[in-house]
Amino acid sequence: MNGFPLSRLPELMAAMAAVATVYCPLAGKFAPWTEGAVPELTGNTKLGPKDLFFPQVEDLVRFRVSGKDLEVLDTQLRQEPFVVFGVRACDCRALEILDRVFLTEPVDTFYQARRANGVVISLACQRPEETCFCGAFGIDGAEPGGDITAWQGEDTLFFRANTEKGQALLDRLPLQEAGEDGAEAAKAKTRAILQRLPLGNLSTQGFGQAENLLDLFNRPEWSELSASCLGCGACTFVCPTCQCYDIKEFDNGHEVCRYRCWDSCMYADFTLMSAGQPRPTQVERFRQRFMHKLQYFPANNGGIFGCVGCGRCLRQCPIHMNIVKVMKTLGGEDHAS
Amino acid sequence: MQADVKTRAIQLLEEGQVDRVLGWKAGEFFYDLTPAVFTSPQQVEREFVWSSFSGPNLSKYLIAETRKPGKIAAFLKPCDTYSFQQLRKEHRLQADRVYVVAVQCPGMCDPDKVQAAAPGPISLRKEGDGFLVQTLYGEKRLTRQAALEEGCLTCKTKKMAYFDELIGQDGQDGDGSRFDQVHRLEAMTPEERFAFWQGELSRCIRCNACRNVCPACSCEKCVFDNPASGVENKAAANRFEENLFHIIRAFHVAGRCTDCGECSRVCPQHIPLHLLNRKLIEDMNRLYGPYQAGGDLEAKAPLTDFRYDDPEPDGGGRRGGAQ
Amino acid sequence: MQVNFTPTIVAFCCNWCSYAGADLSGTNRLQYPANVKIIRIPCSCRLNPMFILRAFQRGADGVILCGCHPGDCHYTTGNYYARRRMTLLFSLLDYLGIERERTRVEWISAAEGAKFAATMAEFTETIRALGENRRLEDLRCKQM
Repeated sequence: MNGFPLSRLPELMAAMAAVATVYCPLAGKFAPWTEGAVPELTGNTKLGPKDLFFPQVEDLVRFRVSGKDLEVLDTQLRQEPFVVFGVRACDCRALEILDRVFLTEPVDTFYQARRANGVVISLACQRPEETCFCGAFGIDGAEPGGDITAWQGEDTLFFRANTEKGQALLDRLPLQEAGEDGAEAAKAKTRAILQRLPLGNLSTQGFGQAENLLDLFNRPEWSELSASCLGCGACTFVCPTCQCYDIKEFDNGHEVCRYRCWDSCMYADFTLMSAGQPRPTQVERFRQRFMHKLQYFPANNGGIFGCVGCGRCLRQCPIHMNIVKVMKTLGGEDHAS
Repeated sequence: MQADVKTRAIQLLEEGQVDRVLGWKAGEFFYDLTPAVFTSPQQVEREFVWSSFSGPNLSKYLIAETRKPGKIAAFLKPCDTYSFQQLRKEHRLQADRVYVVAVQCPGMCDPDKVQAAAPGPISLRKEGDGFLVQTLYGEKRLTRQAALEEGCLTCKTKKMAYFDELIGQDGQDGDGSRFDQVHRLEAMTPEERFAFWQGELSRCIRCNACRNVCPACSCEKCVFDNPASGVENKAAANRFEENLFHIIRAFHVAGRCTDCGECSRVCPQHIPLHLLNRKLIEDMNRLYGPYQAGGDLEAKAPLTDFRYDDPEPDGGGRRGGAQ
Repeated sequence: MQVNFTPTIVAFCCNWCSYAGADLSGTNRLQYPANVKIIRIPCSCRLNPMFILRAFQRGADGVILCGCHPGDCHYTTGNYYARRRMTLLFSLLDYLGIERERTRVEWISAAEGAKFAATMAEFTETIRALGENRRLEDLRCKQM
């Protein structure tokens, strides 16, 4: 275990920034650290680090047309290294979920390049919020993943490398040797809070088993749950695991840029086909989002749920309808078939 | 007042005066109320909540609800009654299927502000002029002012545009302080204004919450969702598209926006979108005479009307040629 | 600012007055800058604010709307509505920090060929002094 005095955090940030661009929680999102910026290490960010690995808008390829010639201009993959500091346990799991989507065949090379070049330094939770429910998905806020795990002690930041990439970064930082005790104390403190979270007892019972699929799909409660949904994309765009995208083209008259952008299953034109919209009303779109997180994804991924309990959608939904309300309405022992 | 509102909702259903009630449903916490339609007195008893967190404007739901048979009672705050009247004026809803119960509003609280000032809030109760919040990390006292929605800090009006029944007292128009921020922006240099707006709009994630919640945005298909429009965009690819979306949206609701403030309330990124609408309202009031959208069913909206001597667009206040 | 900057001007001209005015300036051999691209619209009232923003996106440095003089609209009242809309739109753009001088409305009749040419020359000079449109540009449209 390595340590660094918290009071000298700016020095550590500068040392990291000397190695690569460092993204850290600033003004509610992960932004590049610059001299003088103070990372927000208490709560969680409003937007997760998803955007750094899977940007909201990303150019895929460009074409140039001159006369009868078509020239294909390759888009560069992101190759420069970067560090993301302060990623919570939920967001670390979220990256693992995105990995399952983008790094299995066919591999998404754009995502792969960013993942290969990014070093994730996680940070154990300091002050979980009332909307946190990562425990429901077996995530321990005191023991986050990433390439390096960090804990905030009383006056020290503790670091432990989890991967070679992480160790390589730690080797280049001016850290001191530190015992295990400080980090253990920090973990105990975090777990004491996690114990008394209001959503701590949320259960995933009834979800994720193949035999429940049709039962869940056909539940009459979907229409009431979705009744006031506005069909906006706030929940999907603040979600650290939502990974759907659309591919579009922009034609500027002499060049065409093909890009992808985040899509939302809440939108009326999501997966629109020539035959029409497979999910004609908001009931089906709403159901799709939660079935994907709670049923389809775990069924295809060895029981790993597509939600990480970060609670962002609980905060950002304009009408406060969210996955917790869905789980409490549809799940539990009473409902398991 | 919680008791009055709830009792009335139960009575209306019990007496058979309406078939459904549109109100707010309790959530997991004290602040996460969801708009909901109630069909039985028992359901109202169990789930209906009227509190300082009944922020969502229910008027837009009436577009869909009045297409269904039967009569619905809608609980509307003063702001919401203007949205209702404006939708009625645009023939977007069938007013004869609605029984409007207007509820006087003390100003609504912003869950984000409560969460920011008192992280991990578990419960909240009134204490004196403010609130006492129990959080995961101890107690915290908040003044009412510190918890209020941005829009409520400069309340537009407490006067109802319409009601079939009123709970509480009808109030008065606000003091016009809602334009203060607009005036502050107008006093800046164009460079400062540009920097201010780019700082705000660059945070936009194009979730469309502002548009979808807006009672004035009731197009069946938005131009930005229509691939045939040539301007369809799902995610703002760059600064231009961020600007385009918000300029066009603000302009499209000009003269129809009642300044209910829903756009800013729902923005996950806290972009003060109401300042765009208020600028247009302020301009229209100044140039074409006072007008409140949703205030009067007969009055012509500024953009569907003209005078021969309207000012010219050059901004100098030059009056146009009269014919 | 570039030394030899030639601004791109988009002029939306109403079919009945200003487009005819532009025609007249041509038949009278009056010179107006070649960088002015005229787009004919049926009435000044047809101008959707989206057209103006799209013109800026696609490379315009200045946008001007030309219509019949108030009172002379072929459709009686179209330009009165256009006047209100443009007043509000230009004010909103100004509020967002976009240079006020980049947008303009001029009333030009079919007989005012000289006014058309002079307006275009003068507007071009204004925009040339102002420089390139940066605040409402779309970089994707500037890739060559």
